[in-house]
Amino acid sequence: MATKASRAAARLMISPAVLLLLGWMIVPLSMTLYFSFLRYNLLMPGMEEFTGWTNYRFFLTDPAFTAALWNTLLLVGGVLLITTVGGTLLALLMDQPFWGQGIVRILVIAPFFVMPTVSALVWKNMFMNPVNGLFAHLAKFFGLQPYDFLAQAPLGSIIFIVSWQWLPFATLILLTALQSLDQEQLEAAEMDGAGPLSRFFYIMVPHLARAITVVILIQTIFLLSVFAEILVTTNGGPGVASTNLTYLIYMQSLLQFDVGGGSAGGVVAIILANIVAIFLMRMIGKNLEA
Amino acid sequence: MGRITLDKVTKSFGEVNVIPPLDLTINDGEFVVFVGPSGCGKSTLLRLIAGLEDVTSGQIRIDGEDATDMPPAKRGLAMVFQSYALYPHMSVRKNIAFPMKMAGMPQDEQNHRIEAAAKSLNLTDYLDRRPGQLSGGQRQRVAIGRAIVREPSAFLFDEPLSNLDAALRVNMRLEISELHNALKTTMIYVTHDQVEAMTMADKIVVLRAGNIEQVGSPLDLYHSPQNEFVAGFIGSPKMNLIRGAEAAKHGVATIGIRPEHLAASTESGLWQGTVGVAEHLGSDTFLHVHDHGLGEEPLTVRVDGEMPVRHGDRIFLTPDESKLHRFDKQGLRA
Amino acid sequence: MARRVTNRRKAVVTVLAWLVGLAIFFPILWIVILSFKSEGDAIKTPFEVLGSAWTFESYATVQERSNYFRHFWNSVVISLGSTLIGLLIAIPAAWAMAFVPGKRTKDVLMWMLSTKMLPPVGVLVPIYLIFRNLGLLDTRFGLVIVLTLINLPIIVWMLYTYFKEIPGEILEAARMDGASLKNELIHVLTPMAVPGIASTLLLNIILAWNEAFWTLNLTAAKAAPLTAFIASYSSPEGLFYAKLSAASTMAIAPILIMGWFSQKQLVRGLTFGAVK
Repeated sequence: MATKASRAAARLMISPAVLLLLGWMIVPLSMTLYFSFLRYNLLMPGMEEFTGWTNYRFFLTDPAFTAALWNTLLLVGGVLLITTVGGTLLALLMDQPFWGQGIVRILVIAPFFVMPTVSALVWKNMFMNPVNGLFAHLAKFFGLQPYDFLAQAPLGSIIFIVSWQWLPFATLILLTALQSLDQEQLEAAEMDGAGPLSRFFYIMVPHLARAITVVILIQTIFLLSVFAEILVTTNGGPGVASTNLTYLIYMQSLLQFDVGGGSAGGVVAIILANIVAIFLMRMIGKNLEA
Repeated sequence: MGRITLDKVTKSFGEVNVIPPLDLTINDGEFVVFVGPSGCGKSTLLRLIAGLEDVTSGQIRIDGEDATDMPPAKRGLAMVFQSYALYPHMSVRKNIAFPMKMAGMPQDEQNHRIEAAAKSLNLTDYLDRRPGQLSGGQRQRVAIGRAIVREPSAFLFDEPLSNLDAALRVNMRLEISELHNALKTTMIYVTHDQVEAMTMADKIVVLRAGNIEQVGSPLDLYHSPQNEFVAGFIGSPKMNLIRGAEAAKHGVATIGIRPEHLAASTESGLWQGTVGVAEHLGSDTFLHVHDHGLGEEPLTVRVDGEMPVRHGDRIFLTPDESKLHRFDKQGLRA
Repeated sequence: MARRVTNRRKAVVTVLAWLVGLAIFFPILWIVILSFKSEGDAIKTPFEVLGSAWTFESYATVQERSNYFRHFWNSVVISLGSTLIGLLIAIPAAWAMAFVPGKRTKDVLMWMLSTKMLPPVGVLVPIYLIFRNLGLLDTRFGLVIVLTLINLPIIVWMLYTYFKEIPGEILEAARMDGASLKNELIHVLTPMAVPGIASTLLLNIILAWNEAFWTLNLTAAKAAPLTAFIASYSSPEGLFYAKLSAASTMAIAPILIMGWFSQKQLVRGLTFGAVK
């Protein structure tokens, strides 16, 4: 519904955004793709040569890759499990009337606004440190041996820290979804003789299903790229015990200066992320039509 | 001046042809109403005249000048939208001033016109309010005020009363008619409500599927509808249309008789049937008569409000032969 | 509709909700407390910490030793700069998509979203090399560019969902009233969209402020924003709890406040309008 003139104007107005994003996508992507087929190390300039699939072979057969892939899955899966289950419960709790609702809501969402480096360091030093951390003090208080979380259970500790950051996100979205539930629908169900449990399973759960899917998909996108939390807590260690795919590629590219290998890893990461992205886009695309 | 001519105008959205070639002339000072069921293309036609849509082919002339490719702002027309389309972040005063500000009119002249418009529309006390603080009728008047101050060559109204409640609608209808009498400016008014069309128009354009079915004065349309569609659309309650054997007696495919042209009697008459629902309006009563043997549809009859009939009573009806409308197989007036 | 709720039930829920809320908030509360303690007191047991004297000395030392405010200022410039440039590019684009939708508008929107799905590590190497060759490493300008680009899809999407709620008739009215495209955008659309633009601005400042992949990889000492500065406390000599707490408190306080103001819009922005 518009005239030729306004359509022409629209094309003009949209083009800066489109061109910039197109450049942002195509230029580095094609470079990554190109580098991934080169033997290219920043420490050996001028030695670049085409090596075919070698980088991919090395990257994919590296035991560190298997470990990193496994760690990535555990990290993403663990955080998703904790945040969606915890988020649903919390949202249900906070949807009840109680005194100080607004304040509690603010307290609960706060961790989401804490920058990743701060939250990782705070947990690492003030809580999980085996000497001065709060958990160590607590253990000693009960006469127990302090536990060195980040050394003994590095991945578990990181999952815990990241979950703390993302629990508010899940809670906030699920709470919003819960509050958008038409009260009349619940009242109609009550009139139809549905008890609290049936109301929960037949009305609230289907209503929340969409929001939970959105939470899972969006968190997955971000969780695949967890980086700062690992960098400031364990540096991926001990060994590769807490190295995820993002961190592995970072080490390969910027710590070992292996541009070719890092790029091959980058391509693998892009392919993995795309699989998730396709599902997410379907969800949002459907919503666009509604 | 505001003489608008459409010359073989067509409009398609992609493959869909919304307006087939259409010719129409709107004379200066006329109050023209485009009426038709929803989806008949009446709003599209108005938007083509406004310049909010491009015509696919054909020409639009305003006062003899080719306006086909002019942007809306240059056409000298003002439009009142269905949703009023007031600027919510501006006061009433600023809303009314906006077109003059865009035209770069001197501040004195702007103020002068705002005061005059506000006075004639009873908005003087509300000039410093925001649209959100006004009632529906007041918003409607602000939208009209914003149109008036430009002194356009024609006003375009796109179903302006459909968001108002019934009582207010009647009032605004009168106000807009008064405005037309005072300004004598061309007005083009789109509605799906044939009552609005009948009460306001100098000239009614009945549209269906983008085609003009008939153009004429309200009484022309009432007395001699050119086809079955217009016959059924104009007039309230609707004209009774009777097909089959009874129509064949008159040598046509369909005959039409308005509810007010059927004489009802409890003793004798040409047709007979059973009274169904009776709608008592006080002065008149509308009877829905069933089992009349003339077709499936009940016949609607207007009788005096005092007529003592009840649900299930037997009733006799006699049409006024001189008011009978005859239509051929194509639905055209015979 | 307010349902009838017994006071006893309400009391139980209140206690439960407050306990959970305080537990989740506790780490933040704890660093705020530690930031007002002396270095020696900060590593004691919790009871001793609470009983010890309050002091501002950590805030003073953080600034003296590490030039804290330079990093703070870097964060401000980078997050505000990238957001403002993003808005400047995104407002016209969102206008076009919301009010002059074409057959491909939906595809363009989805495509923009898909660029956001690109894992940053997939393009880390080329961006690093491009930055090195152009001398953009460790510059605020370079980071502004990267953060503008990675957040542009979110800005466009958020604005698009807000613009969609503005009736097109109002813009058509402006066109009938003689407004040019420029006047239509400046006098009608932008003022009407102020709430939407403001929350987009807020959310993007938050996202840019907390961004910790590109800021860590593309900066060193000079242009490092707070994310990177705090990361430098990860080394063992950074085990100065009070100072770390003071630096962290200052780094998260502004964003925490902004975040609390924009909680409602946050949901919409972060889910690309899928949940409102």
